[in-house]
Amino acid sequence: MSEPLIRFQNLSKRFKRNRVLDAVTLDLEPGERIALIGSNGAGKTTLIRCLLGEYTFDGGVIVDGLGARRERTHVLSTIGFVPQLPPPLKMPVRQLVHFAAAICGSSAERMLDVARRLGLDVQSIAARPFNRLSGGMKQKLLIAIALGRDTRVLVLDEPAANLDPEARQIFFQLLAERLENTTMIISSHRLDEVAPLVNRVIEMDMGKIVLDDRVADESSLAALFAVCLVFSRADEAIAKTLTGWNFVAEEAAETTAWTGEVAAPDRLRFFGMLSRYVGLLSRIEMHETGD
Amino acid sequence: MKHLVLTAKLDIIESLRSRWFLIYCFVFGGIVALLFAFGLTESRVLGFIGLSRLLVTYIQLAMAILPIFVLITTVRSVAGDREAGVFEYLLSLPVSLSAWFWGKIVGRYITIFLPVFAAMLGAVLWALYREIEVPWQMFLYYTGLLAAIGWCFLGIGMLISTIARSTDVAQGAAFIVWLTMLLFLDLILLGLLIQGRMAPDLAITLALANPLQVFRTAALSLFDPQLIVLGPAAYVILDLFGPVGFKIYALVYPVFLGTLCAGLGYFVFKRSDLP
Repeated sequence: MSEPLIRFQNLSKRFKRNRVLDAVTLDLEPGERIALIGSNGAGKTTLIRCLLGEYTFDGGVIVDGLGARRERTHVLSTIGFVPQLPPPLKMPVRQLVHFAAAICGSSAERMLDVARRLGLDVQSIAARPFNRLSGGMKQKLLIAIALGRDTRVLVLDEPAANLDPEARQIFFQLLAERLENTTMIISSHRLDEVAPLVNRVIEMDMGKIVLDDRVADESSLAALFAVCLVFSRADEAIAKTLTGWNFVAEEAAETTAWTGEVAAPDRLRFFGMLSRYVGLLSRIEMHETGD
Repeated sequence: MKHLVLTAKLDIIESLRSRWFLIYCFVFGGIVALLFAFGLTESRVLGFIGLSRLLVTYIQLAMAILPIFVLITTVRSVAGDREAGVFEYLLSLPVSLSAWFWGKIVGRYITIFLPVFAAMLGAVLWALYREIEVPWQMFLYYTGLLAAIGWCFLGIGMLISTIARSTDVAQGAAFIVWLTMLLFLDLILLGLLIQGRMAPDLAITLALANPLQVFRTAALSLFDPQLIVLGPAAYVILDLFGPVGFKIYALVYPVFLGTLCAGLGYFVFKRSDLP
């Protein structure tokens, strides 16, 4: 068996009397996509901060043979991170990207290319302070900074929470392009948000790992599904929601039939949304159309 | 080194867009403008007239305002950044802790020193334009004093920011440090001496360890080289250092103290939780 890329070894962390991580031992292999789930205070953020060398701790966190805290600069050069809450930086977007590119040894243009793919109009926001962008824009930019460089590990904290369906689809494609050689840790409160993205689920509670399971999915991250929905009657709320998912009403069917595409990792979320209108749903068709 | 420069640049950009920096520039620029507007260069006090009179007043005001301004803005922005998640994100990038910490200090030092210096330089340029005589020696020494005291309180501010985990605690601690130094200027020391509870040597040692007092005495020494206004304490100071020696001490000691505090701050920062 190969050496794990990341090894948490008997990792414990205390804040005064409060034990937040309790002897966590965990190996993460190259190429694994891990959903790190758990309620508030379960220890997810603390685990991530230990991995990023931001906390002192008892035990060990080894990334590719290097100590996460002791050799943090080397370790962090291989980790891309997207935080759940964007930092309230006042600097203009252009300067933030240039700063991150220079520190990470990447190019600003490469990061901006990823931002453009995510649908961000880079030209128009270049001079705007980062903290004045909308939540979605900030998220796209932070994703662009994390993905616009060479990394072996991606740590994503609720990464797609503020993205529209189109941007989510592109985000999944971007992740799919890195499947071969990148280990991903995706943190979330809810499994349904991240389950389709991952092949392993780790649940934390009270600073301990309470579940470590595998997820089987035949579809790739970049796969798309063509969907046709037929409703028993037209409804304004359904129309509004499906328009948000970029679905279009079929002309011949008097607006009761809708067609569109759903990204493979978004299926669970899509069905969650659809469950609200199941009383009016008379037919559903779904088939994979490829990447 | 490249990362240190990048971090310093980042801190300068962030500071230039902050409200505190605008107020800071407004206060120091405003002081000089007001001193000119109220005709201070034409008034005469203790034989001082022209720009030297203005500089003496400016340095006295700077002594009152600069330390508390530097302390509060430093602890507010550093501890505030930590609380708001700026550290969590920026320190997840591959920047070394030394480059980050010292880069932040360098950037901040530039932003706190430049407005104070620019205000004084503006006064000098205006004096040259109005053909008022410029006391260059005084200008250069005051520049050095402001640079030293700015560095000293920046170092103290960074130490407080790394030890205190929240903005409120950091702000409170900074205020207490400043207030203690202020009280130990004259008030408490004189009171203790009069009550006979403290040996004069100890009182003078405490005064010389207080960077605010050192700054004040050095500023006085330019227009009162024998430090007559200090009374008997002047004999001890001048016997110990000599007039030139004290001027050098007043530049070196605050820089040493600031560097010591910043070094301690870095030591704590490196060994503690970052966000």
